Amino acid sequence: MADVMTLRKVRAGTSASRRRTAAGFAPKIRRNLSAHGFLIGAVLCFTFFSWYPIVREVIMSFQKAVFGGGYAWAGFTNYVRIFHDPTFWQAWRNTGEFTVLALVIGYAVPFCVAILLNELRHASGYLRILVYLPVMLPPASALLLFAYFYNPQYGLFDEILRALHLPTSQWVFQPGTGFVSTAMVSVVIASTWMNMGGATLIYLAALQNIPGELYEAAELDGAGLFGRIRHITIPQTKLILLMLLLLQVVATMQMFVESFVLTNGGGGVADNTQSVVMLIYQYAFALSGASNYNSASALGVVLMLVLAVFSGGFLWATKDRG
Amino acid sequence: MSRQRYRLSCRTAAAVAAVAGLGLAASACSSSGSSNASGGGKVTVSIDCAPTAANNPVQHKEWLADVATFEKANPKITIKSVYNYPCEVPATFTAMLRAGTEPDIFYTYFTDLPQVLIAGQAADITPYVNSKTVPTLKDIVPGAMRAVTAGKTIYGLPTSNYTQGLVYNRMLFSKAGLDPNNPPTTWAQVEVDAAKIAKLGHGIYGYGDYSAGNTGGWHFSSYMDAMGGKMVNTATAPPSAAFDTADGTAILTALHTMRFTDHAMSPTQGLTWGSLQQQMAENKLGMYIAAPDDIYNVIVPTDKGDVNNFGMGPLPSASGTPAGSLGGGNTYIFAKHDTPAQIEAGIKFIDFEDLTPGVGQFNFARTKADGQPVGFPEPELFDGAAGTKINELRTKFATVNTSNFAAFVKASEEDLGEPLDAQAVYKTLDPVMLAVLTEPNANISALLKTASTNVNEILANSPG
Repeated sequence: MADVMTLRKVRAGTSASRRRTAAGFAPKIRRNLSAHGFLIGAVLCFTFFSWYPIVREVIMSFQKAVFGGGYAWAGFTNYVRIFHDPTFWQAWRNTGEFTVLALVIGYAVPFCVAILLNELRHASGYLRILVYLPVMLPPASALLLFAYFYNPQYGLFDEILRALHLPTSQWVFQPGTGFVSTAMVSVVIASTWMNMGGATLIYLAALQNIPGELYEAAELDGAGLFGRIRHITIPQTKLILLMLLLLQVVATMQMFVESFVLTNGGGGVADNTQSVVMLIYQYAFALSGASNYNSASALGVVLMLVLAVFSGGFLWATKDRG
Repeated sequence: MSRQRYRLSCRTAAAVAAVAGLGLAASACSSSGSSNASGGGKVTVSIDCAPTAANNPVQHKEWLADVATFEKANPKITIKSVYNYPCEVPATFTAMLRAGTEPDIFYTYFTDLPQVLIAGQAADITPYVNSKTVPTLKDIVPGAMRAVTAGKTIYGLPTSNYTQGLVYNRMLFSKAGLDPNNPPTTWAQVEVDAAKIAKLGHGIYGYGDYSAGNTGGWHFSSYMDAMGGKMVNTATAPPSAAFDTADGTAILTALHTMRFTDHAMSPTQGLTWGSLQQQMAENKLGMYIAAPDDIYNVIVPTDKGDVNNFGMGPLPSASGTPAGSLGGGNTYIFAKHDTPAQIEAGIKFIDFEDLTPGVGQFNFARTKADGQPVGFPEPELFDGAAGTKINELRTKFATVNTSNFAAFVKASEEDLGEPLDAQAVYKTLDPVMLAVLTEPNANISALLKTASTNVNEILANSPG
């Protein structure tokens, strides 16, 4: 009996606690209604346009299209197929090459330009606009401009080389699949020109947050330009540098439009500028009569996993354990 | 407090508006572009590949007139034209099929039917296609009907059929001291003539070819057909590449020689469909291979070339007599979602517009009156009585000098269709064509060997 009474008390207590919780929860909801409203919008957006497609992609990578519409379970068939595609490893190699070159050129150049702009006392506003202007061009337009520059028949770059009596190049269509090929460097140069404005402005904002006293103190201690950059600029902008490094690697691993526009969707001589995302596009869309969303999904999943592992590793390695 | 409440209610309203906006956007995204049969016995049929006013103004005007004539004769049918150019872009075509948003009747290439069927987007129109609904049915060439048929089921109707030949610029031939009535037929002659044309200078080149967007591999396949070879051997299991042969080597060697020894081809390579037509229209290019409709659908109306400047000969081969040609064409497929009334109305319209001598695309009298060239040997969609009738009309209203195309007609190339898994094979041969046209020291033997291995790998792992 005592047990029953205890049970009733416990239940009554639980019930009261629930009422209190509910009574406390409702005002919270009401108080934060607008915040929740905005949150729902964002969550729905992510659900429909990011999370659902990701889940769907993973599911599709294990399916195959069946005659008459619909899909059937295919196990790892799509993964086997893409691993056997002769272009698969070439595309990964090219993507890696582009990422490394984009880091060497595309990561360092904006940082140097930002330091230069930060040091300038005159016309820096105009120069910032000039640096940022290419970002405002639609990527396809900017790349068509470079396609003209690179044209071996009437392009600007070969005209200059001819005027200087130097050997000309076919640039993006230059044969050669070795590391740092002319074709890939040409793609990276166009990409850097197109994208460096955004990174430069972010670096510039970080640089301008560094207290001037630090530089003055360093100068009094006899630090030169490189000393100031090494001991003040880089440590003070470390967080931004690391974040941009991560974002840039993730972005460059997904290179598509640069090579696609510059090579007319072909991927260059012997596929020497073919990227992983271009291959995904070709699987999904470019093979009229044989297009295959499932193989494209499988390659998309592989790319996602590679980037996820890289990002996780990067964040772990750069975690401040102090 | 009231101020606080007001601010809260404003934010709440904004949040609600944001969510509502999202909902509206989502519902907008999910709306279908398909049209439906309307009530009262009336039916509306949407059809794509209607000529655009921007790219084909005369054909656009003729299309509108045809639709008006048809609707007047069939007051219960409304044709809803979907204007697009080009008629098919593979990326959007694939996405359209997957989303099931195709018009009631949609344009395809001959090679597209398997993809349409796998996507489950074609309607069985077999019960509706007979000699009453399509009076010229028995005269449609078998190859064209195969493109719309799987087993014994018909899913659409063909509207054109082609083989390829050598398109050449008669004006440049004359300027280079060549006989414009005697186009080259062998690769050796093509090389000689191309070199002479390139000597004209001023950015003029003798020969042109593609090497991107799968079109390089597409042309290589046609060259192989003309040489008597083939791209894929379907007798093996699984099918295997069959182009790493002396014929394949001879073709690539000829192209490489023209590019780097004779300098008869432009240094600008990596070209895809559309670029050579422009060069030909601007009288900057001596020769390239294409179907006749490149001239009357692109070079003349879109790129504004002078029709009298162009002629056609057979595909280049070793002997001068091509063993065949890659063949292809276009069709209209009926969408899965079509109602029986829409299928009947659609067949009626296609029969009127594309399959009746003297009417629609075969209304040569009107084409001539509109100042458009008449007399090209395409589309060779019919034989029998319909074919004879169309040829008579074509000759009667010819505005172009048909003798300019006599060499092509005389060759009467056999239509060999397209290879198995065509686009994947073409994609693999694009880099080979590009290497031959950009690499002075290209190792043709190694290129063919690698491409052959790659195609074997693709065919062995083809999703089927």
